[in-house]
Amino acid sequence: MSRVVHYINQFFAGVGGEDSADTPPTTRPEAVGPGRRLAQLIGPEHEVVATVFCGDDRASGDPAAIAAIIDLVRSGQPDLVVAGPAFTSGRYGLACARVAAAATAAGLPVIASMHPDNPGLDEAGGAPVVASGEVARQMGPSLDSLAAAVRRVLAGETLTADDGRIGAVPRRSRVADANAASRAVDLVLARLGGDAAATEVPLPRFDHVNPAAPVSDLATATLALVTESALVPDDNPDHLESARATKWLRYPLDGRDSLAPGEWRSVHGGFSTAWANEDPHRLLPLDAARRLESEGLIGSLYPAYLVTAGNGTSVGNARRFGIEWAADLRHSQVRAAILTAT
Amino acid sequence: MSIAQRVGAPRIVPTRGIPYPTGDPSLAKADENAWRLRLVKTALGALATPVKQPTVFEVA
Repeated sequence: MSRVVHYINQFFAGVGGEDSADTPPTTRPEAVGPGRRLAQLIGPEHEVVATVFCGDDRASGDPAAIAAIIDLVRSGQPDLVVAGPAFTSGRYGLACARVAAAATAAGLPVIASMHPDNPGLDEAGGAPVVASGEVARQMGPSLDSLAAAVRRVLAGETLTADDGRIGAVPRRSRVADANAASRAVDLVLARLGGDAAATEVPLPRFDHVNPAAPVSDLATATLALVTESALVPDDNPDHLESARATKWLRYPLDGRDSLAPGEWRSVHGGFSTAWANEDPHRLLPLDAARRLESEGLIGSLYPAYLVTAGNGTSVGNARRFGIEWAADLRHSQVRAAILTAT
Repeated sequence: MSIAQRVGAPRIVPTRGIPYPTGDPSLAKADENAWRLRLVKTALGALATPVKQPTVFEVA
């Protein structure tokens, strides 16, 4: 009998919603929530021996969380790790993708499940991910395809697009059944025959951003200032990179009404920072925001700003920063943010 | 600004230069402060406005 350890978030573990998004990595020696249905679908020859869960904010925002999750997963001695389905949920998808990537790196076979549009998908690296529905209402069919993938992998087979596999697939050399010229002609003929999707080289997906609903009550809302202009305390205490940033930082603004020249500095490597260093408000409009706060146009200003350097930043890192910022600000009851971009 | 539109930023307020998104060094200090205040007010207006696609809010 094969042992499966299942990773889910705090919501599907029944612990709570946004109020419990900080739940630390936890394990239970049984199938929980959607894992109970999964256990039925893969049984009786395979068993869900443990469930590991973690709050969405904790899993996507705490750098130590994924390693802690993998430790708990490993203690279940799994033959296979399953993560999700995460549907289109950003933080949950990010967590499932990172669990999949970390499990693969640790030599543990894994399958994650999420919708192809989930922003976390790219973080799985080459770890296997199968498509789920878009929303939790599609749990039933999503678990059916996930269970089928689980059975195939536990039978020693490799997942393909026919199993619903999505995301990056590690390249492996193989001998094709026809040479490149005849495959190219076949693709042209397929294209002429109306198959617009036929390709051997799928192009990357382009993001679609769903605009947030307008904030109707700014006069009572908390507003945050965030920026990719690399404005940091003058000695750059946390060593923000000037290009290809791998992190973002948070610096307090409470008790401050303005940013004095000489106390702050932009370490951005993509533009001349002379004007910004002369007056840091040219990058972060704290003075104007404080004035609007005192005039009552906004309820309050969030007492810190979030910053990274937007210069040659990889799309993967930028996407991660965005998800982490959104999670962080939402967790702090921030309703809107102004992002100053250089 | 064209990059912001291309990547799908929903609410965009144009500024006067990459090195100083919320300033304008060509102005006298008081005028620059007034410009920044108008800019941030425009951003607040944008946040309170429904949009369906990348939308530019010019500073009034």
